[in-house]
Amino acid sequence: MSIPTIVVERLNKTFGHRQVLEDVSFEITPGDIVALIGPSGSGKSTLMRHLVGLTCCNRHTGGRVSLLGREVQASGRIKRASRGQRCRVGYIFQQFNLVNRLSVLTNVLIGQLGRMPRLRALSGRFSQEEKQRALECLARVGLEGMAYQRANTLSGGQQQRVAIARVLMQDADVILADEPIASLDPRSAREVMEILQRIHAEDGRTVVITLHQVDIARRYCHRAIALKDGRLYFDGKTSELTDARLSTLYENAGLDELRSGAQPDLPSPTREPAHAQPAVAAHV
Amino acid sequence: MSTQTQLSGISMPPKRSWTTLALWGLGLAVLAWSWQGVEMQPSLLFTNASNMATLAGDFFPPALGNLDHYIDQMLVTIQIAVWGTLLAILVAIPASLLCSENLVPWWVYQPVRRLMDATRAINELVFAMLFVVAVGLGPFAGTLALFVHTTGVLAKLFSEAVEAAEAGPMEGIRVTGAGRIEEIIFGLIPQVLPLWISVSLYRFESNIRSATVLGMVGGGGIGVALWETMRGFQYAETATIMLVIIVAVTSLDMASQLVRKRFI
Repeated sequence: MSIPTIVVERLNKTFGHRQVLEDVSFEITPGDIVALIGPSGSGKSTLMRHLVGLTCCNRHTGGRVSLLGREVQASGRIKRASRGQRCRVGYIFQQFNLVNRLSVLTNVLIGQLGRMPRLRALSGRFSQEEKQRALECLARVGLEGMAYQRANTLSGGQQQRVAIARVLMQDADVILADEPIASLDPRSAREVMEILQRIHAEDGRTVVITLHQVDIARRYCHRAIALKDGRLYFDGKTSELTDARLSTLYENAGLDELRSGAQPDLPSPTREPAHAQPAVAAHV
Repeated sequence: MSTQTQLSGISMPPKRSWTTLALWGLGLAVLAWSWQGVEMQPSLLFTNASNMATLAGDFFPPALGNLDHYIDQMLVTIQIAVWGTLLAILVAIPASLLCSENLVPWWVYQPVRRLMDATRAINELVFAMLFVVAVGLGPFAGTLALFVHTTGVLAKLFSEAVEAAEAGPMEGIRVTGAGRIEEIIFGLIPQVLPLWISVSLYRFESNIRSATVLGMVGGGGIGVALWETMRGFQYAETATIMLVIIVAVTSLDMASQLVRKRFI
């Protein structure tokens, strides 16, 4: 067996007094498509942010994350990495995180910044081939006709597809998608999932997707990792996710959300203070 | 009150608490205290009404003999404002990034902020007097004075926009593997640019107004003529200068408002 693409070892994270992740460990092999599931507030998004080094784990518990054989963080310290190393991992956010005032094409071209010579990246002079490739990436997500529009004129589903095109532009070996469909309508959600699955199948990328719809996880992913209250609850084939296991996974979840007053679809603010974003995009 | 409380079942905040009353009292006390401090005597306006009338009479009719000279001086004033503002914008951009909490650690933003506070605290007239000593009388001293003071103002306003910018788009760029500076150029600047332009244009307008008095301390521009005619009690000339200033400031305000509308 080859080296695992993603290694997570004994990851612990507390925000204030709340333990959000507790001794989470797993490995993901190259070319796999994995769903990360669990009720809201179970620590899925926090875990994803750890994988790319947007969030740092606790200092004294010796947690470690490595991606593609490179250590991302260890014992609460983010390891420095060159642009070339970092651009091998693509990340998709629930809120798309495009730059609204830039055109769709520029947003896709941003995926190239990590691979360009520094001076050209800073001045934003993209070559003709790069623009051509960005258009091809847009074509793969079915948005070639919208390249010159401003990103914020697109619907939520379209913006998420632009975000995927940006990851394609990056030519990332690993794609991490954090709740990519949580703020989309069912049709856009299906399109986004199909595109992600197609990228996995055609390009052989390793894909990790956090989801809170178990049926979608079953339909698109081979393997599921489930978190419950920050602890690893299940790690195996999606076909082994029995109804009994799921009802235990989601038991009390609804009640907890009622008590904390959080919306079931949005990340609860106490759990994810690092990227508090007020509004779901207006066009959804 | 009590029925409302019972109906909603949630305790309502009391309508007027002691602290609000105390704050009102404090506010009124400050007003009374300041009234004394500034020796406010509205009655003087009436008892000395004849003086006021004579003074106002001296302004009319405005003397138009030197109009060309005043217009030339007004153009110099505008040129001072143009360069003072432009230099300030160029320095304020990096300075504002260095005093934004969301971009740099505290040991960077604290000292930079204090430096900017200092340049803002000193009025441009004071800077003009200092620069007159350093570079001599004339518009260059005035330009430098505007530049230094405006840098402090713009750095604060720019950095407020930066701190209010959304973190999401910047994170989106960070995870593509781009460097920190690319993240700022592509993720941050597009977000704050409209506000930066608007604030800069506003500062340009107010710099034109400030530049009209810089000449009084030797900083060049129309202020020199303004000061001299007033000192010589040539109020008819002063009236012409004031008209020139009003026309220039108003038309540039309107022009910059048009530009601003295009960007927002």
